[in-house]
Amino acid sequence: MLDRMGEAALSPGADISCGAPLLEARGLSFAVGETSLIDGLDLRLDAAAATIVMGPNGAGKSLLLRLLHGLVAPTGGAVLWRGAALGESGRRAQAMVFQQATLLRRSVAANIDFALARRTRRAWGRRDPSRRDALLAQVGLLGKARQPARRLSGGEQQRLALARALATEPEILFLDEPTASLDPASTAMIEALVQGVKARGVKIVFVTHDVGQARRLADEVVFVHRGRVAERAAAATFFSAPASAPAQAYLDGRLVL
Amino acid sequence: MQDLTEAFGLAAALAIGFDADLMEIVALSLHVSLTATLIACAIGFPLGAALAVSRFPGRGAALSLVNALMGLPPVVVGLIVYIHLSRAGPLGFLGLLYTPTAMIIAQVILIAPIIAALSRQVIEDLHREYAEPLRSLGAGRGAMIGALLYDGRFALSTVALAGFGRAVAEVGAVMIVGGNIDHLTRVMTTAIALETSKGDLALALALGIILLLIALGVNAAATAVKLRAERAAYA
Repeated sequence: MLDRMGEAALSPGADISCGAPLLEARGLSFAVGETSLIDGLDLRLDAAAATIVMGPNGAGKSLLLRLLHGLVAPTGGAVLWRGAALGESGRRAQAMVFQQATLLRRSVAANIDFALARRTRRAWGRRDPSRRDALLAQVGLLGKARQPARRLSGGEQQRLALARALATEPEILFLDEPTASLDPASTAMIEALVQGVKARGVKIVFVTHDVGQARRLADEVVFVHRGRVAERAAAATFFSAPASAPAQAYLDGRLVL
Repeated sequence: MQDLTEAFGLAAALAIGFDADLMEIVALSLHVSLTATLIACAIGFPLGAALAVSRFPGRGAALSLVNALMGLPPVVVGLIVYIHLSRAGPLGFLGLLYTPTAMIIAQVILIAPIIAALSRQVIEDLHREYAEPLRSLGAGRGAMIGALLYDGRFALSTVALAGFGRAVAEVGAVMIVGGNIDHLTRVMTTAIALETSKGDLALALALGIILLLIALGVNAAATAVKLRAERAAYA
C-alpha cells in the first residue's frame, strides 16, 4: 500500500487503498450559527499507515478529530465506522490522546486501571495488574506506578495519556498535537511510541503543526484548510510537490489565510 | 461588655468542668448535625453530579429550583415537617415528632439543596475538563459521575463542611420539630435561644462561644484530613 501511496498526489478525499474504509466522513459539516467550521468534508481512512493531519490554526483539524471520534456530533453529513454509522461499539474501537493530558487525580496505576475497567466494563471488579504493568513498562513509567499522576513531568504525563488510550486496545488512535508543549527528548519518546503502536497495526491519525515531525511520522498527509480537505497525498509527494496553493504556502512558511 | 467578659469565664468553666448537661447538649448537636450532613451528602452529591453532566429539557428550571431551595427559611421547613409528623399528619403514625430523628429530617431538607447546588457547580467545572478524555476512554454516564465525584472529593469535602455549618447553626426548624425538650431534643442553638429568652445572656453567650469552638474544631479537623489526603494525591 505504501508503494501505491508514493504515487502522484491524490485528489481531496480520494481513497488510497481498495476495500472498505475503516473510518469515513461523508459530507461532514459542523457549524456554529452561521459560521461553518467543517464544510462538507469527505475523507476515507484505511487501516494501518499513519495519516498526518496538517493545516493552519483554525483550519478545523482538532474539530475534525473530535467529529471522527464521535466526541462532537456533526451538524451535517455522517461518520461511518466500517461502513455503518459510528455508534458506541465503533467509538469503543477508537482512542484519542489530547494536546493536554487530562489525567485523573489519582496514581499513575489508577489512571490505567480506569481505562482497563472501561475496556472490560468492570468498574469495581478485580483489576488486571499484569496488563497494567505491561502498559506502564511500554511507556517507561512502571517505576512510577504508585506516584500521583499529576506529579509527573509534562512528557511523562503525555506518555501516561498514551498508555491509558492504548489500554482500550483501539483499532485507530487519534493524536491531537500530543507533543505541542514538550521538549525534543520527550517528543522523540512519544514519536517512538507512536511508531511502535503503528507497527502493531493500529491506525494512526496525528495532528501536528511540526513539519519535521510530519515528515518523520507520515505515510500520508491530509491538509485541511477552511474546514475542507485541501489536499491529500502520500507523504513523499506532499512534501516534495504539494498540489494545492495553501499547502505550498504552509510548507514555505508563508501566511495561509 | 460585662456580659461578654462573664460569658467567656462561664464558657471556660463549663468546658473545662465537662458540665454533664453541656456535654449532653453538645453530643446531641453533633449527632443531629453530622447525621443530617451525611444523609444530605448522600442525596446532594449524586444529584449535583447528575445535574452537572446531564442535558435535558427543563434543566435550567431544575437548576434554578435547586439554587432557590438553598434559601429555604428554616422555620418554614420546620413547619412543613411538623405538619407531616404531627399526630394528624400523613406521617404521624411514625411517632417521630419531638425526637432527634425529626430534627435530622428537618436539617436534611434544609441542607441537601445547598449541597446539591454547590456540588453541581464543583462537578460541572471538573466535567468541563474531564468530559472528552473520559468519553474517549469509553466512560458512560455512571462511570463519568463516579469519576467526577471521586476526583472532586477534596472540593466536595468543603461543600460538606458548608452544609454542616448551616445545620449546626440552625435553630428555627429544630426548635419546631424537636421542641427543645431537656435531655431529649435540646441542642446548642435551642439552648441558646432558651437562655436568651430567660434573660440569662451570659450563659447564652457562653453557649454561643462553645458552639463556635465546636464548629471551628470540626472544620479544622476536616481541613487537616483534606490537606493530608490532598498532598498524597497531589490533586
